Amino acid sequence: MASEKKTKSLRIANLHIPSHLLMAFWTLIVSFPVYLLIINSLKTKKAIYNNPFGIPAEWTLGNYTSVVQGGNFFQYFGNSTTVVVVSLFMILLLGSLAAYALAHWRSKMSKALYFFFLLGMMLPIKIATIRLLELMKVFQLFNSLWSLFLVYIAMGLPTAVFILTEFVHGLPKDLYEAAYIDGAKRLKIYYSIVLPLIKPALATVAIYNLVPIWNDLWFPLIFITQEDKKTVLLAVTRLQGQYATDWPRVFALLTLSALPVITLYLTMSKQFVAGLTAGAVKG
Amino acid sequence: MQGKGIRAIRGGGLNPGARYWIWYILPALAVYVLFMAYPMIDSVRLSLYEGTTGARTFVGTDNYVRLFTDEVISKRFWGAFRNTWVFFAYHMLLQNALGMLFAVILTNRTMRGRAFYQTVIFIPCTIAVMVTGYLFKLLLNPQFGGYALKDMGLAFLAKPWLGDKDTALNVVSLVSVWQWVGIPTMMFVAGLQGISEDLLEAADIEGCNSWQTFVHIRLPLILPVVGMIAILTFVSNFNAFDIIYAMETPNGAPDYSTDLIGSLFYRYGIAGEHPVGIPLPGVGAAISTSVFMMLLLGVVPMLRATQGKE
Repeated sequence: MASEKKTKSLRIANLHIPSHLLMAFWTLIVSFPVYLLIINSLKTKKAIYNNPFGIPAEWTLGNYTSVVQGGNFFQYFGNSTTVVVVSLFMILLLGSLAAYALAHWRSKMSKALYFFFLLGMMLPIKIATIRLLELMKVFQLFNSLWSLFLVYIAMGLPTAVFILTEFVHGLPKDLYEAAYIDGAKRLKIYYSIVLPLIKPALATVAIYNLVPIWNDLWFPLIFITQEDKKTVLLAVTRLQGQYATDWPRVFALLTLSALPVITLYLTMSKQFVAGLTAGAVKG
Repeated sequence: MQGKGIRAIRGGGLNPGARYWIWYILPALAVYVLFMAYPMIDSVRLSLYEGTTGARTFVGTDNYVRLFTDEVISKRFWGAFRNTWVFFAYHMLLQNALGMLFAVILTNRTMRGRAFYQTVIFIPCTIAVMVTGYLFKLLLNPQFGGYALKDMGLAFLAKPWLGDKDTALNVVSLVSVWQWVGIPTMMFVAGLQGISEDLLEAADIEGCNSWQTFVHIRLPLILPVVGMIAILTFVSNFNAFDIIYAMETPNGAPDYSTDLIGSLFYRYGIAGEHPVGIPLPGVGAAISTSVFMMLLLGVVPMLRATQGKE
């Protein structure tokens, strides 16, 4: 009798009713604004005032076509994509080269260099903005995507060095020794042995940097004023002012700019969560 | 030659490798130094000067004196300083506590639908702060839902939340918590998953209830993660800018009630403060240097206290 009672209460406990209620509540809190964002981008200008919360009586894609046609939306997307791709590629290349050396070269100097890189994980690069702005002007990189590449590479390197060095460290030493005995040079070991093996860590680093770079407003806002160099987010700040009274159009604009990352996230959420929380949880 | 190579790789202390290895580190080091370390340190020097490149004069500690005592500037600075701590308190107390609660729920093995909830909680983290900011600015505008809310008898919800000095900072902070709670959640999940199942089972057999298990087993074991999140929260709050820019303009409207250190720095150092509109790079550098010092003072002890094992 007693044990039957216990299993029954256990079964009820395993339903986790309060937990599900809380989670369902938070799901609602997260999805309601996102729902409003999307649903209102599909309404006409008048419908939004009479019916802000419901589904549209008359569906329209007109807001999207007008956002894409007005403004150089493809150019902004192109710029953002270029910035992300070039910065990520360089972070991975420079980061993995440094990590390869730091994991193998054991000395006081390499240790000091490693900690010097790690310091950058704790300090926000924004603090350096005033000096950076002057540097960019001196190098004539103001209004050039290069200003963004360089800052994002510098910003991404500390975490890249941290994650990749730990990872290279964990690789079995026999691999290199065999290659050394075969007479392979350092550089050959790097690209034929190390690079293929650290692919999972490279993916983590890429995702860790992808979202903050795509979503960054600060540096484009300060380094870029020229229309044809603007990134998506920078364009959003200007266009939302321009469309201020046309709310469905603003909703469409916001949806369009958020869509790429959300889609990517939903298709590979596991890697995203691993990537975005990396660097904070050790080993 | 070969022998030397093997020794370099295996040989710990001996170090014939410097000559070779340094070339692998140099490219990363160059970019990191030139575009991060040097500008950061040089900003400290700039805080002792006035004007920009070319027309720069040494003024000693004048910028700091202005920042802390000038009638207008110091009022703005201390206002933003105070607001930043309020903003921080929301994230530290509400966001991180919620994250911990969510993580405990999401690591319960008998709970169904964990993957789904986890995905949902993290969605806002992938949206740009700007987009979230503009979205909520529209949704919270009384003109947006005003009529509909009145019809539903919820007219009290249609208030100018972002235009009222008493509510603006709180509402902006809550929007930011809404967006970022996924980060601590996921980090706590990663930390809690590392705890051995045997330990929790043993506690269960000994008759610990879930609160006791949490306080005496889970929490002490994930203390390094807690510390890491505290540091991240601290650093990112003294950096926050986008959310204010999007929801309340860089002036921290209404009447500077949402002005944070991040937006203050932007106005004084880069864009120029209303109504003059001419940036004061020296004062800006003094602001960033003060933040830099504060972060060091805050982060180093936190690191020591929670990451002791290394």
